[in-house]
Amino acid sequence: MNWIIVITLIGLGTVLTILRMAMGPTPADRAVAVDSMTTITTALLVLLGLFMKRYIYLDISLVYAALAFIATLAIARYLEGGV
Amino acid sequence: MLAIIGWIMIYIGAIFLFLGALGIFRFPDVYNRLQAGTKCTTLGAFSTIVGVGLVNPPWLPKTLLIAFFILLTNPISSHALGRASYKSGVKLWEGSVVDKCKDFEECHKKEEEE
Amino acid sequence: MGSRLSKFLYTAIVMFVLWLLLTSTFNSQEVIAGAIISVLVAAFTHERFTRKGLANLHPKRVVCMVLYFFYFFWQMVKANIDVAWRVIHPKMPINPGIVHVKTTMKSDFGKLMVANSITLTPGTLTLEVLGDDMLIHWIDVKATDVETASKMIPGVFEKCLKEFLE
Repeated sequence: MNWIIVITLIGLGTVLTILRMAMGPTPADRAVAVDSMTTITTALLVLLGLFMKRYIYLDISLVYAALAFIATLAIARYLEGGV
Repeated sequence: MLAIIGWIMIYIGAIFLFLGALGIFRFPDVYNRLQAGTKCTTLGAFSTIVGVGLVNPPWLPKTLLIAFFILLTNPISSHALGRASYKSGVKLWEGSVVDKCKDFEECHKKEEEE
Repeated sequence: MGSRLSKFLYTAIVMFVLWLLLTSTFNSQEVIAGAIISVLVAAFTHERFTRKGLANLHPKRVVCMVLYFFYFFWQMVKANIDVAWRVIHPKMPINPGIVHVKTTMKSDFGKLMVANSITLTPGTLTLEVLGDDMLIHWIDVKATDVETASKMIPGVFEKCLKEFLE
């Protein structure tokens, strides 16, 4: 029961960010939506690790968070116009 | 006992993650979306990840490390995105009250170069 | 500023603690490998990694850092409830705008901490830092002139941060 409620809430959140990513009128809107979606995905990976009782998922989510941070900075540099 | 506190934290985190996504969907312009996206998802992810650590105590050091990493990096990336969207010329929402950024030349570097 | 030895020791200690957290085991082989690698990394990077060296680990600074962290966390929870209320309210009671404030922090690290703290607290988001001037997006503008806004946004954090940074 716990799992159903939690995963439904987070899944709905992911769907909303994907909708904003598809609709967003400017590139900046899409970048903001992707940034939030990566944070949500990091939390989701940690929850998946608890569900499957696998410790390795924590390492994966740490690496994912680091790569998402660098990717967001790169997108921001690109939007600023000076890659 | 610890597991119950952990599950309560996971619930709070899930609710905040959902509200952050709803804010991104509802708010009218980039800067307001950035506010909802940064604040709610940061606390949501922090609470969820520490909650997982409390449900399964041997994982606590690693989960605390991930949570602190998110707490440190999320404000920086949102600041970079906000600055980039102002420089790339995204307009503020019509209902905005004041825009002091117009007075500073450094905010409009991109137009000068072109 | 600190001597080379204190910088080197500080970098090595930070790297070693990070290694222990990442591996999260006290197996003797892991610990020995971590010690060797952190000394090697510190030997190459200690010039750029820190400016003050071991002075960062002074007990008074550590206590202030922990106290500041708890204060900051409480502010962050309040900010989240505020933004969440604005999101679920059917009329979206927002009143956004960009205001200009002045900070009194001198060091780069102080400015970074103030900007990060502003971003995670009620309704404010740092857009640009130019010297002493900061441009801040505020979701619910209460004051537009520089003095009042400076007192309302960074004032609270600067009081706490000044204690242990300058």
